[in-house]
Formats: sequence, C-alpha cells, structure tokens
Amino acid sequence: MERRATRVALTAWTVLVVLFLWIPLALILLYAFNKSNVESWPISSFTTHWFHAAWNSEVRSALWLSVRVGLTATGIALVLGSMAAFGVARFRFFGREAISFLLILPIALPGIVTGIALNSAFLAGHILLSTCTIIVGHATFCVIVVYNNVLARLRRSSPSLIEASQDLGADGWQTFRFVIWPVLSTALVAGGLLAFALSFDEVVVTYFTAGAQNTLPLLIFGYIRLGQQLPVVNVIAFAMILVTAIPVLLAQRLVRDAGLVRGAGAAAH
Amino acid sequence: MYLASLVALFLSSFWTVDPFTSVVQHIWNVDNYKLLWEQSAYHSIALRTVGIAAAVTAADAVLAFPVGYFMARIAGGRSRAFIFVAVLLPLWSSYLIRVYIWRLILDHDGVLNWSLRKVGLPAANIGYTNWAVWLIFTYVWLPFMILPVYGALERVPDSFLEASRDLGAGGWTTFRRILLPLALPGVIAGSIFTFSLTLGDYITPLLAGGASSQFIGNVVYDSIGSQQTPFAAAFAAVPLVVMAVYLLIARRLGAFEAL
Repeated sequence: MERRATRVALTAWTVLVVLFLWIPLALILLYAFNKSNVESWPISSFTTHWFHAAWNSEVRSALWLSVRVGLTATGIALVLGSMAAFGVARFRFFGREAISFLLILPIALPGIVTGIALNSAFLAGHILLSTCTIIVGHATFCVIVVYNNVLARLRRSSPSLIEASQDLGADGWQTFRFVIWPVLSTALVAGGLLAFALSFDEVVVTYFTAGAQNTLPLLIFGYIRLGQQLPVVNVIAFAMILVTAIPVLLAQRLVRDAGLVRGAGAAAH
Repeated sequence: MYLASLVALFLSSFWTVDPFTSVVQHIWNVDNYKLLWEQSAYHSIALRTVGIAAAVTAADAVLAFPVGYFMARIAGGRSRAFIFVAVLLPLWSSYLIRVYIWRLILDHDGVLNWSLRKVGLPAANIGYTNWAVWLIFTYVWLPFMILPVYGALERVPDSFLEASRDLGAGGWTTFRRILLPLALPGVIAGSIFTFSLTLGDYITPLLAGGASSQFIGNVVYDSIGSQQTPFAAAFAAVPLVVMAVYLLIARRLGAFEAL
C-alpha cells in the first residue's frame, strides 16, 4: 500500500543501517590476523601468530574468573528472578506494583549509579572488594533478565493449567514436574544464557565492585586504555564475537518472541 | 539490597572526606553539592553529558524509525527474522570491543580516512573528539532503539492506515497524524535506553574521546579513584535526578507498556 518509491527508499535505508551495524564487526575479525602490531588500515600482511600469543596466563586467569562470576551470578539470578516473577504474576499483594517498578529500575538507571551505589554500600559495610562483591554486582542485573523472561512466559500461560492439574489429583511436586517445568524451562534457559552473556561482558559495574581481580572485560579495558597488547585485544575480540553469537542464536531459537527484547534492557554495558 | 545501596549512596553524598587521612567522615553537610553548583567546569561537563545523550537519542530515533517500519510492514517473514538477528547480534557482542573497533576506524590511519582518500575527499580527523563520542554511542545503542520502535509499529493495525487513506489523507498526513502518535511509545521506550545508557557511561569518553570529552561518569570514575566517594556520589545524583524526571515523563506518555 506504500508507494513504490517509499518501499525502495525504506529497503535501502534498512540495508544501510544493517551494514552500519555489521561492517565494524567484520573489520575486527580481519584485524585479528594483522601481522603488524600497529593497528592501521589497510592491513599489509596477515598472520595467525597472535592467536597463540593471546593464550597466556594473564588472559587465561581473567577468562576463568569471568566464567566463574558469570556462572554464579546466573545461578543466583535463576533462583531469585524466577521466584520474583512467580510472586508478581500469580499473587496480588500490597506493594506489588511498587516491586514490579523497582525491578525495572536497574535497567533504566545509569550503570555507573548502580556501580558506585554498590561500591559505597560495600565501603560503608566494611566489606572488602573481592570475587564475591563482583558476583553480587552482576547478580543485580542478571536477576532482571531472568525475571523478565520468566514473567513474559507466565503471563502468556494460563493459570488454569495448574488448577486443572490439581483437580486431576496431582500433588505439588507432580504439578511442578509435569506442568510448570515444561512451560518454564525454555524461558529459564534463554534467560540464563542472556544473563551469562551480560555478566561475561560487564565492565561498568564490575570496575566499581572488583578489588585487585581482573575479569576478562576489565583486562581488555586496561589494555585498550594504555594502548598495550592491542594484537591480543584483537584476538580476544575475534573470539568473543564468535562465542557470543552462539548463545544469542540459541536463545533466539528458544523464545522466538519479545523475550530477547525485554532481556536486552539490562544489557546496559 | 539494591535499594539499600542506592539509599547509602544518597546518604554518602552528604558526607565529607578528611583531607589528610582520606577517611570518609560522617559529618552532615551540603559541601559536595555546593562545589558542583559553584564550579563552572562541572556545569559544562553536566551540559555536555546531557547534550550528547540527547543528540545520540535523536540520531538513533532517525536511524531506527525507517528500519522498524520496514521490518513491521514491508519485509516478509524470512527477511524480518534475518534483520532481527542482524540487529540482535551486535547488541550482544561485547560493548568494549565495539568501542575499540570504532577507535581503530576513526584513527588517523584508520579505515574511515583511507576510504575518504580513495574517493578523493579530505581526511576527516574526528578520532578522539566529541564527534567520535557521539558517533560511537549512536552505533552502540542503535539496536536498543530499533527493537521497541519495531514492536510499536507492528502493533498498528493495517485498517487504521486504510481508514486514514479512505478519509482522503495523503501519505504524509497519515504518517504524521496516525503512525507517529501510535509509534511514539516505542520511540520513548527506546530513548529510555539510549538516553540513560549514554548518561551513565564513562568508558566511551575515556577510550575514544579527547581532552574535552569528559562526561559526568568520568568525573565520578576519577573521584572514586582518588577516594572522593562522597563527591562522586553527589555528582552521580545528577544523572539520577535527570533520569527520574525522564522516567516520569515517559510513564505519562505510556512508554512502559512498550518496553
């Protein structure tokens, strides 16, 4: 129903925007093979040498810390996030609206506010900054991702399913095992994957909650800021783009709805 | 827990730091806010932060609207799914790395200058300037705008547009009177992300900005580094207040349902 010229213009615009989004990512994949350690364009010669150089002990320990933090924060988020979603979706109670508003606050508030709020809270409580404090910091936004995914799923599934199960004589465990779990499992997996991806990439909150430890993003941040080890950064970038593509595509397959968009809100950093 | 630390933050902005021992003293005063109010350097930093955040939001809205429209009303199922993934993947790939790539692109010897030279244009040395900061933020947060705009446009029923045409409205009138008001909650929802994320950021200005690209976040970051936590807390209250006002407006305009 749009005129032909409008359609052509819109198509061209969309193609340009997608190119705008993708050309930089394609470039970094090329830079990973840059032989020179001066990052200029065009790249004169190529090598795979840096892939070997990047697998050093500093990078490995940062990677290991990021994985541990990501898994723990995601675990906490799965438990707390789904419980909160259940509460808000199934029961009416005093302050319910306030809680559902509070739960989207961390999405809308600048990350640095969350970061220094936690920082000064830890400081005031005389808690030493450590791996534990990083995990607490990450859990704040991971919980939101899981909460949003689970809530979206619960709102679309009818409560009568549970009533039917109880009417047919199933006990609490059977209802959970055969009715609730099949409905929720993909939302939990998707939420968990996204929470992990977010935590794995987080730097703003991490900076304010980490002590002497380096997560992988903190390590890269340091390298880029000081202009050191840029070839290693290129290789890590190469690896991270490929690795993050996997959970995104998987999660996309699992939800196929607005769940990702909702979760995206917490990707603040 | 989260709320408690926000309150702690607010309280600590009224405390003071002992200049000799760097220990935070719990003496109630408004010195930190007074310092903010009186130093004109902090005014220009706050104005720059809010100004660039607004410019990023505007640029993203302009870039995203036609894409959202294309996805919602013109693209077929397959190409829509393709664009969806094409927009999502950059969103989930590392933020730091995307900033870093742009640093390479905008560098003196980067891809941008090389391409400009190839087509016979003068080099654009925008690396490490406010222009670079604006461009990078626009790039990094663009998916956050495209997705809610698409969501809002998808919900506009075809019959509305047909009715408008039957009543004799031209394409432009239909766009302005029907489409734009109905898509506005989506744009506002997207702008909550683009605006607040830019407002609170310190990484991009630090890595890709110049000497005069300091954001509120950078001052906060430096203050924490030099153990001036109460002052950092006071300055961080500025984006907090701006965001609170913005959220209240957004809520009135019905953006929360489009989130």
